[in-house]
Amino acid sequence: MSGAHAEEEHISSYGFYVKIWLALLFLTFMTVSVSYVDMKKFTLFTAMLVATVKAGLVVLFFMHIRFDKPIFGVMLMVTLIEYLIFIVLTFSDYAYR
Amino acid sequence: MSEAAVDKPKVNYYNAKSGIMSWLTTTDHKRLGIMYLYSLGVFFAFAVFMAFLLRLELFTPEIDVLTFGGAQAGDLYNRILTLHGIVMVFLFIVPGLPAVFGNFCLPIMIGAEDVFFPRINLLSWYCYVLGGLFAIFSIALGGPDTGWTFYVPYSTTTGHNVYVPVLAAFIVGWSSILTGLNFVTTVHRLRNKNMSWFKMPLFVWSLYATGWVQIIATPVIGILLLLVMMEKVFGIPVFDPRIGGDPVLFEHIFWIYSHPAVYIMILPAMGVVSEIIATFSRKTIFGYHFIAYSSIAIAAIGSLVWAHHMFTSGMANEARVIFSFLTFFVAVPSAVKVFNWIATMYKGSIRLSPPMVYTMMFILIFSIGGFTGLHLGALSVDIHLHDTAFVVAHFHYVMFGSAGIIFFAAMHYWFPKMSGKLYNEVVAHIAGVLFFIGFNATYFPLFIAGYLGMPRRYASYLPEYEFYHKFSTIGSWVMIFSMLLMFGNLIYAARKGKKSSDNPWGGATLEWHTSSPPPTLNFDKLPDDIPGSYDYPLEVVK
Ligand code: HEM
Repeated sequence: MSGAHAEEEHISSYGFYVKIWLALLFLTFMTVSVSYVDMKKFTLFTAMLVATVKAGLVVLFFMHIRFDKPIFGVMLMVTLIEYLIFIVLTFSDYAYR
Repeated sequence: MSEAAVDKPKVNYYNAKSGIMSWLTTTDHKRLGIMYLYSLGVFFAFAVFMAFLLRLELFTPEIDVLTFGGAQAGDLYNRILTLHGIVMVFLFIVPGLPAVFGNFCLPIMIGAEDVFFPRINLLSWYCYVLGGLFAIFSIALGGPDTGWTFYVPYSTTTGHNVYVPVLAAFIVGWSSILTGLNFVTTVHRLRNKNMSWFKMPLFVWSLYATGWVQIIATPVIGILLLLVMMEKVFGIPVFDPRIGGDPVLFEHIFWIYSHPAVYIMILPAMGVVSEIIATFSRKTIFGYHFIAYSSIAIAAIGSLVWAHHMFTSGMANEARVIFSFLTFFVAVPSAVKVFNWIATMYKGSIRLSPPMVYTMMFILIFSIGGFTGLHLGALSVDIHLHDTAFVVAHFHYVMFGSAGIIFFAAMHYWFPKMSGKLYNEVVAHIAGVLFFIGFNATYFPLFIAGYLGMPRRYASYLPEYEFYHKFSTIGSWVMIFSMLLMFGNLIYAARKGKKSSDNPWGGATLEWHTSSPPPTLNFDKLPDDIPGSYDYPLEVVK
């Protein structure tokens, strides 16, 4: 089992990780700079969008979900969807109060 | 075989080792089941005694019983009420069936030697006991008076100590998560190769669904506690409106856990019902797949209805309508189960042994509990009934009359397997019938009193409710007597009972294919061809 698995195992190069890291740094820079621009309603939305992209990069590449068995991706998605449902339902209260 | 060999009792899990340390360090799932049974029994007895005091206080409209120690009027009632609730919920009914009978039976039922993580199993017992000790310790500090729900802002401002019992719930939560994780992993990894998913007993299915709920929902209550601490210690605004927090958020997070927790209580009970009904009707369970899937459906839909506890909390109207609407869906899979059980009994060869009689009582009580749940789930009706004795009656019907009575049924069903002894069935029947009468006498009047406006959590009341309360208190005496009789009967049988055969009920699931009590590794020899969980031979087994 381990042999077959080892062949499939994906090893990314250092350079690749550095690129992801630079991307993350850039996105952080964006979050900070955008916070100086008043976009009214969209302020929160933009911040969340950038944060989501960052979290996605970390999960996919640093945490290897992109190269692992699909089942782990599925589990992750299930958790995320569940979380989303909780938030949406809770906001059926907060959004209308 | 020589005579000596016949006389010598067979080596089994119980007598394989002796001494207190052999129990405190055991990783045998069966021994852990027994340890949970004893510790649960102690906490249950304690909480029943608390309830006895509460009912005694409610015998008359004035506050005249719980007045000792110079307590302020009603203060002692509030504290005893809170302890009763906390111990019953977190230490009895939530761990209840999975911890005792899940531990004992699950590995045997799927043909395994133990759970997947035996040491973690022991750890969860220690978490359970430690949490229990914290709860008891909180009495020494005066005991909390918030009700088992710990709602803010009262809980963060009351002079009584709240953190210790909250911490107790937190630690017991760990026990719950670890047990859930263990069971889910065991079902995935340790099923015998001939035990396919849809051959599994329905009790295992229900434990599996419960396991997921435990893993997913329980951390939420831990997070809640951490948030309370963050607000208290670091002044980070979360729940306190004076610094920008929102007290209703507490209720949201609390019920995101605690509503699924009611399914942690009832799902395993439903699994036990399926086992008992099939065994004593000697018929294949009707609609196996539907029952299995409805467990999962209850677990899933049950996670989406939490705010029906909060209709009067000041939530937005839109949210109230949505949650009321969603609540009705839970009734569907629950009803699927009830109909399937009844259909299983139809034209079965029914034997009314004690576990079966208890289970039939369950069906009746659960139906009443379930239907009154629909009253409470209907937004407009709940505005009237919220926080009345109607709610008290409703949740005792589901928690005690349903999950609790199935705990008793399971005790009577697996008793011969766990102890290798038989109990007196006549006494068990009498105790059961008395329980049924006492139970309904205790709680049914509360439906009426609640409907007429009797609020919950009050030590005194207006004279017009006196009749209902007197009736209820007398009922509680009958019920408590019946439980003493029931446990006395079992304790006597465990010591002096006649020896049981391996399969006294003629059950088909795997635990009945090993000796009573089972050997340490569960089977001397596993049957080569694992039978279906509900394949009954046509002739009646003696
Ligand atoms: C001998 C059996 C029992 C009796 C006589 C009894 C009686 C009572 C009474 C009188 C109250 C207070 C109602 C009020 O003032 O509003 C109460 C509350 C409660 N009981 Fe029981 N009960 C019993 C067993 C159980 C069981 C087995 C459970 C759970 C599995 C349970 C769970 C609760 C809970 C959660 C509360 C609410 C506590 C609160 O409001 O914070 N009880 N019970």
